[in-house]
Amino acid sequence: MSRDYEVIVGLEVHVELKTATKLFCGCEAAFGADPNSHTCPVCLGMPGVLPVLNREAIHLAVRSALALNCEVRPFSKFDRKQYFYPDLPKAYQISQFDEPLAEYGWVTIRPASGEGRRIGIRRIHVEEDAGKLNHLGQRLGDATGSLVDLNRAGVPLIEIVSEPDLRSAEEARLYLTELRAILSYLDVSDLRMEEGSMRCDANVSLRPVGYEGALEDLSRVEIKNVNSIRNVQRGIEYEVERQAEMLLRGERIVKETRGFDDATGRTYSQRSKEEANDYRYFPEPDLPPLVLSAEWIESVRQALPALPDAIREALVSRGIPPKDAEVLVLDREAYQYWLQATERFEDDRLVTNWMLSDVARLINARGESYAKAAVGPDGLVELLELIGSGKISGRMAKEVLEAMFETGKRAEEVVKEKGMSQITDEGAIRSIVEEVLKQHPAVIQDYLSGKEKALAFLVGQVMKQTRGQAKPDLVNQLLKDVIHHDYNTAQ
Amino acid sequence: MSELWAMDAYALHEQFASGAISAEAIVKAHLDRIQAWDSTIGAFLFVDAEGALRRAREEDAWTLDERRRRPLSGVPVALKDNIVTRHMPTTAGSKILGAFLSPYDATVVDKLMDAGAILIGKTNLDEFAMGSSTEHSAFHPTRNPWDATRVPGGSSGGSAAAVAARMVPVALGSDTGGSIRQPASYCGVVGMKPTYGRVSRYGLIAFASSLDQIGPMTRSLRDSRLVYGVIHGSDPHDSTSLTNVAEPIPSQEQRWRIGLPREFFGDGMDDGVRRVIDQALESLQGLGHELVEISLPHTDYAIAAYYLIAPAEASSNLSRYDGVRYGMRASGGDLLNMYETTRDEGFGDEVKRRVLLGTHALSAGYYDAYYLTAQKVRTRIREDFDQAFQTVDYIVTPTTPDTAFVLGARSDDPIKMYLGDIFTVTANLAGIPGLSMPAGLAAGLPVGLQWLAPPLFDAALLDAAETLERVLQPMPWPEEVKA
Repeated sequence: MSRDYEVIVGLEVHVELKTATKLFCGCEAAFGADPNSHTCPVCLGMPGVLPVLNREAIHLAVRSALALNCEVRPFSKFDRKQYFYPDLPKAYQISQFDEPLAEYGWVTIRPASGEGRRIGIRRIHVEEDAGKLNHLGQRLGDATGSLVDLNRAGVPLIEIVSEPDLRSAEEARLYLTELRAILSYLDVSDLRMEEGSMRCDANVSLRPVGYEGALEDLSRVEIKNVNSIRNVQRGIEYEVERQAEMLLRGERIVKETRGFDDATGRTYSQRSKEEANDYRYFPEPDLPPLVLSAEWIESVRQALPALPDAIREALVSRGIPPKDAEVLVLDREAYQYWLQATERFEDDRLVTNWMLSDVARLINARGESYAKAAVGPDGLVELLELIGSGKISGRMAKEVLEAMFETGKRAEEVVKEKGMSQITDEGAIRSIVEEVLKQHPAVIQDYLSGKEKALAFLVGQVMKQTRGQAKPDLVNQLLKDVIHHDYNTAQ
Repeated sequence: MSELWAMDAYALHEQFASGAISAEAIVKAHLDRIQAWDSTIGAFLFVDAEGALRRAREEDAWTLDERRRRPLSGVPVALKDNIVTRHMPTTAGSKILGAFLSPYDATVVDKLMDAGAILIGKTNLDEFAMGSSTEHSAFHPTRNPWDATRVPGGSSGGSAAAVAARMVPVALGSDTGGSIRQPASYCGVVGMKPTYGRVSRYGLIAFASSLDQIGPMTRSLRDSRLVYGVIHGSDPHDSTSLTNVAEPIPSQEQRWRIGLPREFFGDGMDDGVRRVIDQALESLQGLGHELVEISLPHTDYAIAAYYLIAPAEASSNLSRYDGVRYGMRASGGDLLNMYETTRDEGFGDEVKRRVLLGTHALSAGYYDAYYLTAQKVRTRIREDFDQAFQTVDYIVTPTTPDTAFVLGARSDDPIKMYLGDIFTVTANLAGIPGLSMPAGLAAGLPVGLQWLAPPLFDAALLDAAETLERVLQPMPWPEEVKA
């Protein structure tokens, strides 16, 4: 396929804010309760109720906006977006239309090839979430009924709308990954795409080379509600391919909303935008405009934590390889684990190596996370200290770490129970070395004739005799010494 | 001693608080009165005789001190049926709410109960408060106690008629474009619309959120002051309720400059009404006040602006009646079918008319021409009042251009019905306080005089009107409901 078009992608990301209560009432906002147990007259849309804005939600939204380099408007307002659906109790969603909370931000993405690139954020606005429908039956098509759960109705959301600056599915992935990382450091949301606390719609269109019209006029396809970053990427990849083929065949691309099928990796048509809703937005008369003072906005800015860009820089300046730094920075829990560990242990590189290899492997295998790992940063530091003091070898430490994860015991305890201790007594090792050499004269000859592997065999034999507790460097050294001293000249 | 049901709330409370009479006797007297007359008048949609008597007996067990501390103890109160209550059904005058029982009480209900009021029932209204005659109730029309062939006005017609017919001394109404003041005028009672934000709207079934305001309907100005004193105040459940706003101190002058807007005294006013109003104005002059002609130049656009803004907000506020969670649900068909049938069967014609009008006004392509333009007019109207109150203390007008009309007279002509709101809608658009007080009779029917004041001058407004009440002839008894 000839590449005579450019991929244009814009993303709309909905993020549920981690407040104790909902946006306009005192109900708990937490996920996972019994259906309709987190409801009250206000979020059920009973006759006569009125919304009261949750201050904390605005605080979290402003934190997010500032961290994403947005300008926060000193004056914004709420509007009603109107449509009928059983998960929307008032038949309107309180949102922000033409005067959103914040505008003109950006996120920097770093494609593998080339420079970092700023992706514009057009706007961030605050709105309430809708409830959820649970359809009875196998598929929506033959559902026998639908149950409405309004626990989520009224949970605060921010919608982060990017400019159509993304040029590939990979860039969309980078943008989402970076966005999620930034928000994770702010601690404003659970950010769980599988639970719906972060949701993404992707707008995809192709711009033929030489096209000079407005981007808005290109036929745009919106892929709705994809449940993971990986699937957003897959959906865009598929959509680019599909649209490109249509263009090649000379077909017109229809402006529409499409879903993404995880199993097939394809998008499928949901509804045509030509017959789109008229949401009849108008200013919400039940809420006064939101007026934020410059001083307050500034105080929120001052209280922002260290964000990924600053952290990357700090890690690299501490000698962490950029690739490792990237892994740490994209997982806030990993970074916090790392921070705590390196506070107590000098060697940043060693901590990083252990974390990103053995600790990461065990956490993944056990389905844990850094924040809830069976072995926390203190445990890891204790283990590293045992290696540093020469009590155990690095190889032994791997076994000890596994046991620590398994039993929850501390490093020292595991070592004691297993009867492990590195034999560092030169005399003791020397006598074992001499014994082993006596038994393998042929191997000695191999070694002396230049076969390096022969030495490794001999080291293995000594380790076997000491049940792995001899210090490997020392064994190596002693084998060479004794061979050269006792056997070389005997030739 | 006069009959208990003939006394105003102020007197009833005094008698009860001094131990002279029991709350039970007060309630029984009013229940008897309802029993005797409401089949003629049709003011009530629900009477909670049992609940009111139970509450009365509880209050009878209170010490005199406890009675005194609660300014409405011993006083029966009726609520317009768009104010939600946990212990009585709420219909908003519509079929669409079905057998709805609110899971919570409106803030004004809590305040009334804390003040010792005895809730006696819910009064009739035009469906969702949309109307000026109470003929648009889904249940039955209410009749005017002065002439049962005539309407009581609306939409708070049930409350106005109940108070005028002495079935209850006090009722609450709601006023979006005149729905307290116009029926007060037609029924010869006092009706007050406070400054927007003075009284919490939490629990008032919304018609037009930026215009709705709850207020008292009584037979005396002192009663309106008493009830306003209880129900106003900031409410954490209502973000548009005013917080920490003290009553402004009115001019201490004994002589006021009273503005008479040219636009309100033009053609189209009934001669009888004009005569009564002129007499009242003479009385004001007699009190030493100066009458000044003023102009509110954007008055001509008020009805048009009001009938865009109010329906626009209503179309949104009434969307929640969709058959999904509560109220009526039509059966059969798919989701869209259920929505359509429920709303088609549940709403009356006037509500449908306004929902359609409002939906259209907010539609893409029409929003700027209709809704936005109407909002600009609203700003001009507010500025008109700001300017007028630079030079006058109060504004006085007739409440309506006419007296109560015969049932059915305007049913086929909604525009004529809408035009009847011409003198009242501007106060809602500007958010200022207004009240209607009885000024006399024209051809045996009450005529209301409207007072308007600057924002927040609610208490001052009540005081000002009371000075006139003192010098006017007391209103005679309504013909239809004599003792």
